[in-house]
This record gives sequence, C-alpha cells and structure tokens, in this order.
Amino acid sequence: MSAKTIITGIGVATPNGLGVDDFWAATRVGKNAIDRITRFDASSYPSQLAGEIRGFEASDHLPSRLIPQTDRMTRLALVAADCAFEDAGVKPGDIPEFDMGVVTASTSGGFEFGQNELQKLWSQGSQYVSAYQSFAWFYAVNSGQISIRNGMRGPSGVVVSDHAGGLDAIAQARRQIRKGSKLIFSGGFDASICPWGWVAQIAGGRLSTSDQPERAYLPFDAAAGGYVPGEGGALLILEDRQSALERDAENVYGEVAGYGSTFDPKPGSGREPGLRRAIEVALADAGVEAGQVDVVFADAAGTPQLDREEADAITAVFGPAGVPVTAPKTMIGRLYSGAGPVDVVSAVLAIREGLIPPTTNVVLSPDYDIDLVTGQPRTASVRTALVLARGYGGFNSAVVIRAVD
Amino acid sequence: MSKQEFTIEDLKRILLEGAGADEGVDLDGDILDADFEELGYESLALLETGGRIEREYGISLDDEIFTENRTPRTLVVAINTYLGELASAA
Repeated sequence: MSAKTIITGIGVATPNGLGVDDFWAATRVGKNAIDRITRFDASSYPSQLAGEIRGFEASDHLPSRLIPQTDRMTRLALVAADCAFEDAGVKPGDIPEFDMGVVTASTSGGFEFGQNELQKLWSQGSQYVSAYQSFAWFYAVNSGQISIRNGMRGPSGVVVSDHAGGLDAIAQARRQIRKGSKLIFSGGFDASICPWGWVAQIAGGRLSTSDQPERAYLPFDAAAGGYVPGEGGALLILEDRQSALERDAENVYGEVAGYGSTFDPKPGSGREPGLRRAIEVALADAGVEAGQVDVVFADAAGTPQLDREEADAITAVFGPAGVPVTAPKTMIGRLYSGAGPVDVVSAVLAIREGLIPPTTNVVLSPDYDIDLVTGQPRTASVRTALVLARGYGGFNSAVVIRAVD
Repeated sequence: MSKQEFTIEDLKRILLEGAGADEGVDLDGDILDADFEELGYESLALLETGGRIEREYGISLDDEIFTENRTPRTLVVAINTYLGELASAA
C-alpha cells in the first residue's frame, strides 16, 4: 500500500494575490489582473499585456545576503516557501533535514538576472558579470535556494516541461514521498517579464497581440487569439499522510490522488493528441470514475487549435457538458511552470469552500461542448478536482486532487 | 587611473553591494579580525567581492587573495600593498 500524499501548506504569489487569503479573495470573484506591462517599456513589442505582480518588494521579506544573488522568480519562490511553512504550522527544523526535499518546476530560469549579466558582458566586459550568474539563472535555482535557506537535504530536483512542469513536479514530489520522504516542497515559479524573456515568449508564436486587457486572453471563446503571459506561481507542502497525522498538521487541504502524463504525437502524424490519455491515466491512478469528478481546471491555451484539442479530450472522457470546467488563469495569464500549482491551489480552495471560481471575460463558443463556468463563480459540492496543463513541445499532464475527510 | 587607498569602509560598502549582509552580522561592529566565513561570506560571495574591488580600483588580484587573507584587516592591508606597488611602478 502506497503512502498517501496530502497538501498541508500553501505559499502562493500571483498577479491577483500574495498569500492564500489574498489570492482566493480575488480569484473567487474573478478579479482581473491583466494589464499593460510596467516592468519595462513594451511599446515597441507586438504583445504589450501581462499579468504582473505589483508591489512586491523582496527586501521587505528576505535578508540582504539573498538579494544580489537571486532573480525575481527565486525571490518570489523563497517568500512563498516561508509562507507555506507558516501556513502548514511547521518549522524547517521540526523535521529531520534528510526527510525533507524540494522539487520545483521551471520554464525559463532566471531570465531577468541573466539578461542583466549578459548586458554587462557585451557592454562592459566579462569582469563585470556577477559571480552569482553561475547559478542565479539556472532552472534548478529555486529548488537549491529553498533547500539551502530551510535546511532541506532530502530528495530534490527540478522538472522542466514548460506549462506542464508544475504538475510534473508535484508528481515527482509524490513519488519521493512514496519512497519514504516525510515532507516535500513542490510547485513552480516563473517571472520573465523582461525584454529578453518577452521576446523569447513572443517567439513561441502563441501570444495574444490584443491591447485590451479584457479581450486579450479568451480560451474557448470564438475570439480566442493567443494567451497573455503572467508571472508568479505557488509552492505546496506535500506530506506523507501518516507523518502529517503524527505531527497534528492543522491544515489538510486535500490529497494528490492521481497523476498522468503523456507526450503528443509528432505534428502532422494525424494521431490523436495525448491529453485524453493523460486524463484517463490520472483518473485510473486515483481510482476515480469520470462521473466522480466535480470540476476540471483547464489548461486553457487560448488558441483555436489547442482549445479544440482540450475541449475534445474533456468531452471524450466526461461526455458533452459532462463536468464543470473552469480556467481562472484568465484573470492572471499563463504562469508557465507556476500555472499548474496555482490551479491546484484553486482546486483545494474550491473543495474547501464549495465554490468554483469563474473563467473571466470569456463567452463560450458554440463550437465546444463543454460546461464552462463563465462570468460568475458557481457554488458546487467539490470533492474531486482534475487539473490539466499542457506544455509547449507536446507535454500533457493531469493531476487529480481529492478531499480528505 | 586607480584610487590610492582602500579602507575598511570601502570593503564594507563593496561587501554590502555585492553580497549583502547576513542577519545577525553587524558590519559596523568590530569585524576587522573576524573570519570572512564567520561573517557569512562563502567563496562565491568573496569571488564577487574580489571582482568588484578589481573593477573599482582598476587592479587585478591573485586568485589566492581571499585564501591568504581570511579577515577584513589582512585583506585591506593586502589590497593597499597592491595599490602601493601599482603607484610606485607608475
């Protein structure tokens, strides 16, 4: 019998909220946080909207030793890690250091830090590049910094699979708990709203070029024309259920009950995309029938073809309009590796409150046979939630989150 | 044109700019004879600090500068020795 993996702490930082309470207060009512970019002058770029985290001063939260050596995404992740510990009512030293690990996901690494150092390299010379460039840009840096700051020396690592990465990291954390770790930090953060990060995202070819915050990111809408990027993410404290019971964990948000991941076939092969199979594998892993799922948090890519693929997969598994579907990421944009963990946070809060947050701004296209929760939040008894995420290049991941009695 | 003197105040400023200060360490306290490691500066922080001193003073330091000088007092002396050699060679 495998150990059960439960979520006992949350640290979240998104464009519409820092911390669980702020985030949920905004998300449950559909508060928009997409707006014009303020972090740099984006007026010459074809895409000028983003979900930015405003008013975050890292030096208010972190010691000065960490500031020169960290990218923005790492600062957000470190602060979120502190919040998650507090939320879980556990301190780093409470658990033996080799029983705690960190598995995070990353899509871009520390782009803004890297940009600054590369600018110094070509404008001033190599001797002007920070010694911290050796790791501050690196995909694994969030896992490393969280591990060092909190003395967590158990199984750790990083997963890089674009937008699917945050769910893949949670799955990897669950594997480590099944192998005997007591507590694993998991989740993802990305923050690449800087010129270099921005052109890299534009080059992906899927960004919205709309300049209207309320009309720019419209998954499953007839007017869908790409997505808006956002920054931030979430960190979850995952614990072995038995171990959490032994320490009288105060906050039990839910169980990571199932996981499935697949890879899309070669483009042009004519074969079915992998998402349906990822969903089926996750449901089977959780021992859940399609009819028991109360809500699906969609990947919501926001382009006609990807929306079509996702709607088809959901309809194939659940039947026409067979399950409520929502995409609260329409408020904040796509957070890359942070997106899946943030949707998991929304899922456990939906379970706790009995309320499905809305997909904002979208008018569901009649082309899709799904029950999309648009406009207003919907009250519902939520016991089991499915979270989907797809990454650029063919990654499909699905996680089942279940209420814990 | 290089500056002529390197003081403990210069070192503290450069340490703060390049690597910050550990919680619980007061750089304005009596740190002259404290080991850099005790002050919370590991090898990478010292590499960054050395790079900043080199850029600001237009000098090139030996790789061993921090292994041979473990405290602010000896480091300040060593760097001033470099600066002095540079000035007399000019």
